[in-house]
Amino acid sequence: MNSPTNSPNTQNGEAGGVSLVVRDLHKSFGGQKVLDGINFEVQPGEIFVIMGPSGSGKSVLLKHLIGLEKPDAGEILINGQSINTPEIAAKYRMALVFQSGALLNSLSVGDNVGLYLAEHRLKPASEIQQIVTEKLTDVGLKDALDKMPSELSGGMKKRVAIARALVIEPQLILYDEPTSELDPLSSVVIGNEILNLKHRIHVTSLVVSHDRDLAFGVADRIAVIAEGKILTIGTPEEVKNFKDPLVQNFLHADFKREV
Amino acid sequence: MFENIGDIVLLFWRILLALPQTWRQRQKVYEQFFEIGNASLLMVCMLSFFIGGVIALNFGPPLVERSFTNAVGGVVGLAIALELAPVMMAILIAGRIGSAMAAEIGSMRVYQEIDALRTMNINPINYLVLPRVVAISVALPLLVVFSILVGWFGGAMVADMNNHMEIPFKAFFSDMRDIVTMKDVAKGIFKSFCFAVIVGVVSCHQGLTTIGGPRGIGRSVTKAVVNSIVLIVIFDYIITRFLLNE
Repeated sequence: MNSPTNSPNTQNGEAGGVSLVVRDLHKSFGGQKVLDGINFEVQPGEIFVIMGPSGSGKSVLLKHLIGLEKPDAGEILINGQSINTPEIAAKYRMALVFQSGALLNSLSVGDNVGLYLAEHRLKPASEIQQIVTEKLTDVGLKDALDKMPSELSGGMKKRVAIARALVIEPQLILYDEPTSELDPLSSVVIGNEILNLKHRIHVTSLVVSHDRDLAFGVADRIAVIAEGKILTIGTPEEVKNFKDPLVQNFLHADFKREV
Repeated sequence: MFENIGDIVLLFWRILLALPQTWRQRQKVYEQFFEIGNASLLMVCMLSFFIGGVIALNFGPPLVERSFTNAVGGVVGLAIALELAPVMMAILIAGRIGSAMAAEIGSMRVYQEIDALRTMNINPINYLVLPRVVAISVALPLLVVFSILVGWFGGAMVADMNNHMEIPFKAFFSDMRDIVTMKDVAKGIFKSFCFAVIVGVVSCHQGLTTIGGPRGIGRSVTKAVVNSIVLIVIFDYIITRFLLNE
């Protein structure tokens, strides 16, 4: 989705976060409806969290937003422009932090983070090295520069993936289950990183997660999705007080210990 | 395999369109080229020596028995240059390099690394496929040159040392020169170039279309090797019949 013509630091794209509108999005795989009329709007600079149980269509929705999947019907608008228009990639910078990190295993951490700049020849090698070090320092992984992804823990991989996304200087950053498989401390580090980015570069963030702590900890607004449909959208307080049994079940599911 | 022919042709077309990017990807081409050469040269030489030897062993004694002694060099030389070196080396490379290509690209696909490239607007064809196909297309013909030379040498050694032939080294090559021309060698090298493109495109296609987990990767590797070998044999006939047999 990102275009080499809209390079970081060239500032020919618009600065700060972008708005995102999803209208009546439908998607089926082999007759099974995965997205069934999804509608929502995200304001520039907002942290919007989409919560829902596993298999509810969250990750598929995210792939539509970054252009890895094409919808059967509906549209996605960035600052009012359809993401299918050719100029959108040249105009706006978007990044996706994958659930697994999706680092290239054959490249070192430094090469992974600098890949976008190196591959599009946007900066000389020395400057790329400097930017990579800076972004890794931002996520607290300066010492991991020369390590291979296989030497990193799950949390470190996700932070490297965030650093790789930051190199693009995104206006819209999408996170797919950023705290899955992480311990509570690492989850807090990732959550704080999402908040930091909002304050530091005013990026629009869309987080897909089933982690209730993360969602209520970082979100400006939350949407709850189940079976391909959005059940409710609102501030964390509004969602907490939403009376729908499906939403309440999801938010308050807990173990039952016999005493 | 044949249900994917359309996709394979489409990938080949995209690679052709990406060819102007080769210079930009030269570092990766060089790395792949080195890997292919490094992994295969010793094996190519060993295999070719014995292929040359066994051809001399099979055809030499019957020819000598029928007083066609001076045809042995030519028969061995032609068989190796036109057929055995290009086909056997292509099959070897399909097994060693094609399988590795399918496995590497397949695991990148399964573990979303290719999706990550797309989100960074890096074209996987330019970044992953082009360097591999270009490298194999240069490396295999070069390996075939080695294969032809070592194969001839193996044939000559066996013809010299075997009791039923006892054709001196010098006579073997002198007889070979009477029959085998540079054009024959060039035909063999051209064939190997075509086979290299087949192995590269088929293996990368299998990698890019891998689905599932480790099992899917295993399936892709098997398909890449089997499909490459089937296409090599089919195209061997087609190229020989229509292009080289004028």
